Amino acid sequence: MANNSIVSINDLSKEEILKLLHTASLFEANPNRHILDGKVVATLFFEPSTRTRLSFETAANRLGARVIGFSDPAATSTAKGETLKDTIKMVSNYADLIVMRHYLEGAALYATEVTDVPVINAGDGAHQHPSQTMLDLYSILKTQGRLDDLTLTMVGDLKYGRTVHSLLMALSHFRVRFNFVACKELQMPREFIDFCGKNGIEYHESREFSPEIINSSDIIYMTRVQRERFTDLMEYERVKDLYNLNNAMLADSRPNLRILHPLPRVGEIAEDVDDNPKAYYFQQAKNGLYARQAMICRALGIEVTD
Amino acid sequence: MNEKKELAVAALRNGTVIDHIPSESLFKAVEMLGIANLDKSVTIGFNLASRRLGRKGIIKIADVELSPETVSRIAILAPTAVINTIRDYRVVEKRPVALPEEIVDQIVCNNPKCVTRNQPIPTRFNVVDRGPVRVRCHYCGHEAVGDQIVIK
Ligand SMILES: [Zn+2]
Repeated sequence: MANNSIVSINDLSKEEILKLLHTASLFEANPNRHILDGKVVATLFFEPSTRTRLSFETAANRLGARVIGFSDPAATSTAKGETLKDTIKMVSNYADLIVMRHYLEGAALYATEVTDVPVINAGDGAHQHPSQTMLDLYSILKTQGRLDDLTLTMVGDLKYGRTVHSLLMALSHFRVRFNFVACKELQMPREFIDFCGKNGIEYHESREFSPEIINSSDIIYMTRVQRERFTDLMEYERVKDLYNLNNAMLADSRPNLRILHPLPRVGEIAEDVDDNPKAYYFQQAKNGLYARQAMICRALGIEVTD
Repeated sequence: MNEKKELAVAALRNGTVIDHIPSESLFKAVEMLGIANLDKSVTIGFNLASRRLGRKGIIKIADVELSPETVSRIAILAPTAVINTIRDYRVVEKRPVALPEEIVDQIVCNNPKCVTRNQPIPTRFNVVDRGPVRVRCHYCGHEAVGDQIVIK
């Protein structure tokens, strides 16, 4: 990629990740800055995602940019059969930055090949969603004060959950021990286990969400276990409640423990956890704003220093 | 050349001999080359003894020379293959197929949600392993190995 596009978290070096996290902290201290006055940011949501779109549009607005785009492709020429290439080329005539979400995997990378305008991938199917990973990293750094020497427990759907895979890859730059807690059908794919082995990353796989695991964790990253992921519905019925978290389970957990979840949740975190100071998933979502402000600036080649 | 060896397959005046095809890839190669629809004389050898491969396949096609695109498609299926070009009963060229680092527009991505399956985009695959051949989609990252690889 010739420009500063951000398609995958794997394209970013450790230094680039740390720099983005630092920039995000500057935006948290002072989110309203008119450093993008006169710039136009296009948000192209070929697949609706209100949560992600509002976060990116708020980030752009707080930086002073104008926002154009669409949130529902049914109302656009895409629905009339316009190719992705033509839509990107057309929008490139108007915008300084394209933020795009698409249901097809690889769509954002393809977009970078047909335009000189920088592209931020806001999710391409089940493939990459780097702003989610950046806000996860920012949340870990902010609550723990560091990204090294942490024990991070991933729970639930570790097979299809792209957020846990991207987070694992990003954290491989740091010294993190992992617990992978999942049932057999949804365990961490072999390629990521092999990746840990090859890179000397300490990990422990468990079927049981045990007190020992909870009480030795600095971060617990919860995910949704979805019925449609199971080929064997008996198995789903058997395991669906095994990976739920309630407040009583946190009684002997570390004081610095924080619970993360990419949201929306269904039943995997009981409501009684919400009032526990260790629950961090709502602030985590808010951190997305600062992480996205940092990503927008980097994509536009704008340095933020204070 | 050893006379007995020459007799094992019919002599060819002009054309191409694709040798050292792994036996398990032979019929895929036959299909890929569209031999069933060819009006040329073709000799196919299956499960022949091979020092290198154990058992090999061989395809002799009269009066046809292969295009570079066809040769690289064979490389995906049978990376051990050797292409012999025959003119007037003589081997004028003998070259092993070469699998490039990147294969452009010759493989279909197995991921139905890949952007290349749903938009008019030439596919791009990186060869990540050569024995057995493993390729990775440049766009969606899906990998295919050996006979999972679908050739366009
Ligand atoms: Zn693909």
